[in-house]
Amino acid sequence: MTCTDFLAKLTDFFDGTVPPELLAEVEEHIAECHHCEVVLDSTTKTINIYRNQELYDFPPELQHRLEASIMARCFGPRPTK
Amino acid sequence: MPAIQSPETATTKPDEVHPDVALVARAKDGDTSAFEQLVRQYDRQIFRVAQHITQNREDAEDITQDVFFKAYTKLDQFQGNSKFSTWLVRIAVNESLMRLRKRKTSKTVSMDEDVHTEEGSIPRDFAEWRPNPEQLYGQGELSDILRKTIQGLPPGFRTVFTLRDIENLSTEETAEALGLSVPAVKSRLLRARLQLRERLSRYFKQQNPLQALDGKSR
Repeated sequence: MTCTDFLAKLTDFFDGTVPPELLAEVEEHIAECHHCEVVLDSTTKTINIYRNQELYDFPPELQHRLEASIMARCFGPRPTK
Repeated sequence: MPAIQSPETATTKPDEVHPDVALVARAKDGDTSAFEQLVRQYDRQIFRVAQHITQNREDAEDITQDVFFKAYTKLDQFQGNSKFSTWLVRIAVNESLMRLRKRKTSKTVSMDEDVHTEEGSIPRDFAEWRPNPEQLYGQGELSDILRKTIQGLPPGFRTVFTLRDIENLSTEETAEALGLSVPAVKSRLLRARLQLRERLSRYFKQQNPLQALDGKSR
């Protein structure tokens, strides 16, 4: 397996959908090719870092304001008591 | 072997009816509290998707309102062939790309604009990363780096990465939300992931000792 072949299989590898007969070849390539091992490790870390960070806060005040606006737009203003 | 951490999400077994189906049915019958519950369940996700694509907070607020209003007016068109959340995300992506288009009046922004380049498919930086790159920076600084880095991705790549890797949609759901084929999603996702990796590498890679010394002597 070449580095290009490995890259072509990277998404399937992350998804766990590499066919069993190819999986051994992919793992063998990672074990032998330091560059591809680094690419795999740092790409995995890239995904995990973004997945673990809430980059844009959504405070309760904003949520309440948006929900009130959405409901008013869909159903009209709520009657006040 | 590195592993992608999967966030814990509520899952529905294939033969179970998703609870949203009943809520949508009630909302179609005019039950406002059912629609309100759907808004509460998904407004955070829709806001996050819109902000990731547009990179603008005010736009994300407007889009979130537009998405739910549009969903309400077109509720009859929702057939339940996909998840309600995927249907909402699809509306959010379309609204967000439309915003970007309006912002760049002279330039078309579409899911196809940035797919013709091979750049991003070829890794160039092969330096190893620190074992826990998150620990290199304070929380605020790390968030700034991540925001700045994803902002630099072309919109089409940013959108695919957001849906698949941040929102944890499956490849099939991402394809459905974007109106793309599964192979197209896989191809763009690979490029998006590799481009982000390359850009983050400058912050997270291990410096070799000589470079570190050189840096200190300046």
